[in-house]
Amino acid sequence: MTTALDAGQKADLPPPAATVGVIGWLRENLFSSWFNALLTLFALWILYLSIPPLIQWALIDAIWTGSEAQDCKLPDGSRKEGACWIYIKAWIGGYAYGLYPYDLRWRVDLAAVLVIVMFAPLAIKRLPYKTVYGVAVILLYPVVAYMMFSGFVEFPPGAPEASTHPWRVVPTDKWGGLALTLLIASVGIIASLPLGILLALGRRSAMPIVSTFSVLFIELWRGVPLITVLFMSSVMLPLFLPEGVNFDKLLRALIGVTLFSAAYMAEVVRGGLQAIPKGQYEAAQALGLNYAKMMALIVLPQALRYVIPSIVNTFIGLFKDTTLVAIIGMFDLLGAIQLGNADPKWLGFAIEGYAFAALLYFVFCFSMSRYSLRLERKLHTGHKKT
Amino acid sequence: MAVEVDTARAPDTPIWLDSRYRAIFFQLVLLVLVVGFGAYIFHNTYVNLERRGIASGFAFLGSTAGFDIIMHLVPYQASSSYGQALLVGLLNTLVVAAVGVVLATIVGFVMGVARLSRNWLIARLAAVYIEVIRNIPLLLQIIFWYLVLGKSTPSPRQSIDVGGAVFLNNRGLYMPAPVFQEGFWLTPVAFVVAVVASIFVYRWARARQMATGQQFPILWTSLGLIFGLPLLALLVTGVPFSLDFPKLQGFNFQGGMVLIPEFVSLAFALVVYTGAFIAENVRAGIMAVSHGQTEASYALGLRPGPTLRLVIIPQAMRVIIPPLTSQYLNLTKNSSLATAIAYPDLVAVFAGTVLNQTGQAVECIAITMAVYLTTSLTTSVFMNWFNTKMALKER
Repeated sequence: MTTALDAGQKADLPPPAATVGVIGWLRENLFSSWFNALLTLFALWILYLSIPPLIQWALIDAIWTGSEAQDCKLPDGSRKEGACWIYIKAWIGGYAYGLYPYDLRWRVDLAAVLVIVMFAPLAIKRLPYKTVYGVAVILLYPVVAYMMFSGFVEFPPGAPEASTHPWRVVPTDKWGGLALTLLIASVGIIASLPLGILLALGRRSAMPIVSTFSVLFIELWRGVPLITVLFMSSVMLPLFLPEGVNFDKLLRALIGVTLFSAAYMAEVVRGGLQAIPKGQYEAAQALGLNYAKMMALIVLPQALRYVIPSIVNTFIGLFKDTTLVAIIGMFDLLGAIQLGNADPKWLGFAIEGYAFAALLYFVFCFSMSRYSLRLERKLHTGHKKT
Repeated sequence: MAVEVDTARAPDTPIWLDSRYRAIFFQLVLLVLVVGFGAYIFHNTYVNLERRGIASGFAFLGSTAGFDIIMHLVPYQASSSYGQALLVGLLNTLVVAAVGVVLATIVGFVMGVARLSRNWLIARLAAVYIEVIRNIPLLLQIIFWYLVLGKSTPSPRQSIDVGGAVFLNNRGLYMPAPVFQEGFWLTPVAFVVAVVASIFVYRWARARQMATGQQFPILWTSLGLIFGLPLLALLVTGVPFSLDFPKLQGFNFQGGMVLIPEFVSLAFALVVYTGAFIAENVRAGIMAVSHGQTEASYALGLRPGPTLRLVIIPQAMRVIIPPLTSQYLNLTKNSSLATAIAYPDLVAVFAGTVLNQTGQAVECIAITMAVYLTTSLTTSVFMNWFNTKMALKER
């Protein structure tokens, strides 16, 4: 683009080479002052120390082919330098299903497929009766999933079909792996939501006894670590029940997790309730709605919508916290990893197992937190204070 | 804001439609249900304990424990009582929590500021640290670091030697221990005096600045007082302490102070994990202070240092403190994961070993929960007080 220049006028000079392009970016972002340059060098040094050895271990020196622990070892029996990924390959089924009977793993897969099939219609924007369908699915799916996991044909011990029948009962102590982690996390979050809503309403209630009980409940559970709650549910719950009644271990853990996360959920919901302006309550009352209708039709729909991202964050926290059931002797994903690490055929490869678990957890939690961020942006349009 | 229910009623409204009486009725029902449920559970527990032949009560705290604990800050041996085991476990929890809180705060603030750095590389590195650490379960991290520490450290004979005084091996981190002699008491006293004096100097200097506008170098005076006075006391009393260096004897080190690997890996994992969360809180706090504040402060002629210290940080702290409190509480509660790597904290010692030995499930769990609850409530009361002090004073 050349424009005619008047006499005596010179063309604009191009910007100095040091302020544009790669060099400009470097100067601006990495070397803007001597202190910044020092920081950059420090960061580069950290990267130099950490990245090349990691790549060397995880990719270049890693053993990808083979099927036995021998393939990861030197002739003298010590292990090779790189990561032994064939151990993960050999145990991946164990990580996914834990101790679940080998020939019945398809039932867990079926449950996983069903969850997608049953919840997929909810992604359609203008589905007729969407709410009804959603509620029905949320109520129905746990029953279906329970049938898949547990099976429903019981045999007396010793019967020939007791170890071959495709729908034979699998006791809960055989459930495990990633499937169990997902199960505990989802049951925990779904069961704790209604309880949390009740507690939050109770805490904000004008009735002194109701709010006192709610506050006591919430603060009690929030004040103690989850591990003591799990210990309590595994040791004390059997004492609480009348003689002869017994819950199985998984159910006890689920009760502990649910009560625990209900307290956190209550605080999340309370945050949402506090964000609803008083005018909404007054308007509902002016329309003649009673307390239940006011909450169910006016306040809660707005409040819950407001806290959906926080609920997702609570879910992420719960998902990470499910690892604690490994301490009370259940084989969730972490428990299954530890099971694999103790496998006599694969001793000495625990680092790979934990690294793989870390990667799995990271992928799950990170994608959920991105999703929650997206939701936040989507839901806050129009709500944002300016 | 509680939901107010209109309490006025027309005179002819029947009593069951009156919201006041309804509220009383509902609360009575709830009270009966809760008390009934409690009584039911109590009764069942009582019957169950009777049947199993377990005596309830806290008398077992006085009987001999009969097990050893690998780390104890107060004298403890196998012949000590369960009550002393409880104290040992509690102190171990408090120590790891205190170390964790201090270090995690430092890591969190450094990383939070780094995340906002104008240096692209530093900001990215901090972001990667925060995202990776926050999205991996803490328990996994604790187990991982414990494993790595156990694998990568040498045996005592091949210890990593730092200046002949500090040794790192797979039994732990060995450091020289101070041995105090007669007359040492003056040094801590001098320290307390220095702290009190600094507070008075601070008040006086502020009052003077308010009155006359003259500034006084408070920071340097306080630092001089706090470090100088104890040092002076130490020199006056003739340095009444010596260092007990760890020495290799046979297969292990004797003497000195040792941090067991369980403690090191637990504290490290807690610091790294909580630090990442604190970093996010710090970032949010700093971003909550609008840029206009910085510009206004520059316009008033303040340099970047004072701007940060006097304008940005006080405002950011208001946003940071409440979530910081809950991070401290989380760290304390998360320290209970120690039981996975057998660090003898409260849960591992008391809700684990003692419970299994005595079978006093109700008492053990109740005491453990009560301790955590007390710690949590005390911390939140203190932090609430601190928060009110820091809160915006609107006049």
